[in-house]
Amino acid sequence: MSETEGRSSASGDEGEAKEAGARRAGEADEAPTRRSHALERLEPILLVAVGGFTGAVCRHAVSVALPGGFPWGTLAVNVAGSFALGVLLFEAKLADRLSAETRLVLGTGFLSSFTTYSTFAVQTAALSPTLAVANVAANYALGFAAVLAGRAVVRSLANPEVAR
Amino acid sequence: MNTVLLVGAGGVLGALARFAVGSWVPDRQRDTLVVNVLGSLALGALTAGLAEDATLLTVFGTGFCGAFTTFSSFAVETVALYESGARREAVVNAALNLVGALAAVGLGGWLATGLA
Repeated sequence: MSETEGRSSASGDEGEAKEAGARRAGEADEAPTRRSHALERLEPILLVAVGGFTGAVCRHAVSVALPGGFPWGTLAVNVAGSFALGVLLFEAKLADRLSAETRLVLGTGFLSSFTTYSTFAVQTAALSPTLAVANVAANYALGFAAVLAGRAVVRSLANPEVAR
Repeated sequence: MNTVLLVGAGGVLGALARFAVGSWVPDRQRDTLVVNVLGSLALGALTAGLAEDATLLTVFGTGFCGAFTTFSSFAVETVALYESGARREAVVNAALNLVGALAAVGLGGWLATGLA
């Protein structure tokens, strides 16, 4: 969940080593002024804040648009967000064209705020036993399938000849 | 006040708090479990009556707790664990989030009604 959000433990070590190396190289090149240093430290916080604001507002809009007895809105945001975060994670592994800033604002900021576990848990607890089981099964099965669908999309875009 | 601004303001705080937990707890599955259980505890308490005011529920429930907890990170991390061969850990992670969050909702509700 930290920094690039979707980077899995499988690929994390290599990516982090690369990023740390790039940071050190950047620091050696130019002695940063105190002001640019402060902005550099503030940037990830601003990116997560902007993404967090937008994600929460979009989640609220979906839940207002999809009312009813069954929590369809939460299911919709969780499945859509899992698909998009799957794309981000496997894009980092297979193509790696997006910047760390893009992943921070979209992954850690927007998508993690757009999807929710607490609302899912509270809504599940309020449903009848049968509907509660159905809600958990739907969120889990469709959420995991959406991550794999995201991977399939990245694979077909990164290696068109393999997909064909 | 505008609902969009209330939800958004809570969302900013929730996302930043989750980001902070992520930098304190280096293990990625564990930090997601921590935010999901803590956020469910808080939302369980808020919906059980701790937030009598609708505005409070919008800011801290829909905004903060909704953004603090995350389903997408949970799903991606669980699938990545399973695909890396750690199938047992993936199943345990999926079960721990569910049982932990549901128990936290119950505990939050119990605490809120006890305090009220």
